[in-house]
Amino acid sequence: MAADKTGADILIEALTDLGVEVVFGYPGGAVLPIYDALFKQTKIRHILVRQEGGAAHAAEGYARATGKPGVVLVTSGPGATNAVTGIADALMDSIPMVVITGQVGTPLIGTDAFQECDTIGITRHCTKHNYLVKDPAKLGAVIHEAFYIATSGRPGPVVIDLPKDVQVATAAYRKPAGPGAVAAQHKSYRPQVKADTALIETAVEMLAAAERPVLYTGGGIINAGPAASQMLRELQRISGAPVTSTLMGLGAFPASHPAWLGMLGMHGTYEANHAMNQADLIVALGARFDDRVTGRLDAFAPNARKIHIDIDRSSINKIVRVDVGIVGDVGRAMDDMVRVWKGRAHQAADLSTWFARIDEWRGKKSLAYPESKAAIMPQHAIRRLWEATRHLKPIVSTEVGQHQMWAAQHFDFEGPNKWLTSGGLGTMGYGLPAAIGAQIGHPDALVIDIAGEASIQMNIQELATATQYRLPVKVFILNNEYMGMVRQWQDLTYAGRHSHSYSEALPDFVKLAEAYGWKGMRIEDPDALDGGIAEMLAHDGPVMVDCRVAKLANCFPMIPSGAAHTDMLLYESEVVGEMTDEAKALV
Amino acid sequence: MQIKTQASERHTLSVTVENEPGILARIAGLFSARGYNIESLTVADVTEDATISRITIVTSGPPAVIEQIIAQLDRLVPVHRVVDLTELGPHVARELALVKVKGTGEKRIEAMRLAEVYRARVVDATTASFVFEVTGGPEKIDKFLELMREVGLVEVARTGVAAIARGADPI
Ligand SMILES: Cc1ncc(C[n+]2csc(CCOP(=O)(O)OP(=O)(O)O)c2C)c(N)n1
Repeated sequence: MAADKTGADILIEALTDLGVEVVFGYPGGAVLPIYDALFKQTKIRHILVRQEGGAAHAAEGYARATGKPGVVLVTSGPGATNAVTGIADALMDSIPMVVITGQVGTPLIGTDAFQECDTIGITRHCTKHNYLVKDPAKLGAVIHEAFYIATSGRPGPVVIDLPKDVQVATAAYRKPAGPGAVAAQHKSYRPQVKADTALIETAVEMLAAAERPVLYTGGGIINAGPAASQMLRELQRISGAPVTSTLMGLGAFPASHPAWLGMLGMHGTYEANHAMNQADLIVALGARFDDRVTGRLDAFAPNARKIHIDIDRSSINKIVRVDVGIVGDVGRAMDDMVRVWKGRAHQAADLSTWFARIDEWRGKKSLAYPESKAAIMPQHAIRRLWEATRHLKPIVSTEVGQHQMWAAQHFDFEGPNKWLTSGGLGTMGYGLPAAIGAQIGHPDALVIDIAGEASIQMNIQELATATQYRLPVKVFILNNEYMGMVRQWQDLTYAGRHSHSYSEALPDFVKLAEAYGWKGMRIEDPDALDGGIAEMLAHDGPVMVDCRVAKLANCFPMIPSGAAHTDMLLYESEVVGEMTDEAKALV
Repeated sequence: MQIKTQASERHTLSVTVENEPGILARIAGLFSARGYNIESLTVADVTEDATISRITIVTSGPPAVIEQIIAQLDRLVPVHRVVDLTELGPHVARELALVKVKGTGEKRIEAMRLAEVYRARVVDATTASFVFEVTGGPEKIDKFLELMREVGLVEVARTGVAAIARGADPI
């Protein structure tokens, strides 16, 4: 029988056994025993953020960039509620994350005690699962189970709410024999990893017979690990099919590949959206038919038969009815498809007619933007940033807004785990802490947060975290003084009535950076852009660049709400004044 | 702006779950968070294994929504199995209601007569009231209440549906 340990020690030992190297957190009364246990050990590194929301996003960035689960430690009440946005974000984007929240002692639960809130109740709808641990004897098993649930099947956030008396009570801790043992022990949770063979065979035959196929890929491929991205290349190679991706899937397929169509959806390329619209077969791989991708549903890929492979059964037929729904790990399913394909000696079909049409759509050059000598065009700034850094294979995070879409359009990714963005929830304030988390996971990588001046202020306090841990994160603000994406919608939908989308009082970002111990820079002149980027990259430490860009630039191409994929707006001149109520409701 | 609705079907689902705290809130919350209809929900431990509970849910929606409800329920970590009894074939559904009826004279006699037709038992009586206990399918109980309304219905307590497939096999 193992000697008894305190709950806090069990937590640290279990985390160590699970291979956890980093915890992002913020202390408080309800987690003091855990902080004391952290103090007494050396295996787990604790990163002190400046607000719990920052801890959650940093853990997301760490998870996204490393493929390992992100771990968060926060106190009860306000600590837990501050973390909720990041937890919800992780659920939407299927990020593996375990959040340990302190809770008031069990005798105080339900008494409106100091810093008490119903964390389990509050996080029920934004976690994959959550636990309130009242018995220290169960703590070890719960921690192992929480990691198993967070990282298996469709990954997601799991909360463990840990009352203070459980942290100090003693119990025995037994290490499970391995993840297999945890999986075997679980009675109800059984993610289906292996896809049905007959359905895989059907899918292969459909792909082999298609004349106008498109592989529509999503974040699920990144979640399935780097091998899945390799398998996507193989599936593309044998089938010859063109590939498009969601915002979350960028990097799973190399942007330099001739079969790459670019991102699809609301701000996707003309060729990606037209190819989807005209396809006779769509193979959805770890993508979930999000409304920003499909646009008007009745006009979405009307002539295509659809195959959907997803680890989450509830994603299939949720938005779009498909002809073949396959539940399983997308990497393994693609592996199976490739094997069946080769086993049946299928040849890649001649898709030259299809690619000829695609080339015509490409000819539209939908990502082109007007050039200016007077002001820095934001798209140009991203393009130049990409050109200056592509050889370094940077990790790029973003905030939310136009800059995010421009980054998705103009920063080309060649591999997975390089692109960190809040796709599902669209959380402003994600980018800086996510970049910090990614830099912790990859100390030698170049990590850049492409930001908007409004978004960066949502978690600006995390500049101090980067300073404390000497993280050379670069924040590149495309400063247009507007909440640009909001203004763009107001131009499009509300006849240019810019209701509260202009920032009347912006901080001096250079001084702000300096106040936090960062290097601060400003770039205003188009001629100074390249030099400024070089200066930013040359600095061996964190840099915040206030890049002043054209204030009224809009993000194109764009499918306005309520429109079909074929009704894309390509140019500024196409921005219409006022939308119908129906379209407004779809925004 | 018009909000579109589609033809709806009623389905009875049997859900076996891990008997852990908050599971009922999790299930009920899934319905409210995703805007699914919930007509009735009952829960009790019914197996040898005290760690498992059985929940019977009566819900309604277009077929695609029913399919989603099942998939979403199945996705919850503590859920063992979701069985659509309506899809499975013939099943028995029963509900219990306690029905308080007030009245004297002719009304009182009429209430007793109707109760007999519906096999409702008297579980409490005063000179001016009855409490009937009635079990049956939801439609039978609805009908009983409708009739009682005319003779002096004052209060109802209903359990919601418990349902099970016909035949020898367990689900
Ligand atoms: C937390 C949060 N609040 C509000 C929004 C709504 N929103 C989406 S984009 C945007 C404006 C972003 O402005 P900025 O960061 O300056 O980026 P830009 O669009 O100008 O590039 C807002 C307010 C959001 N996505 N997240």
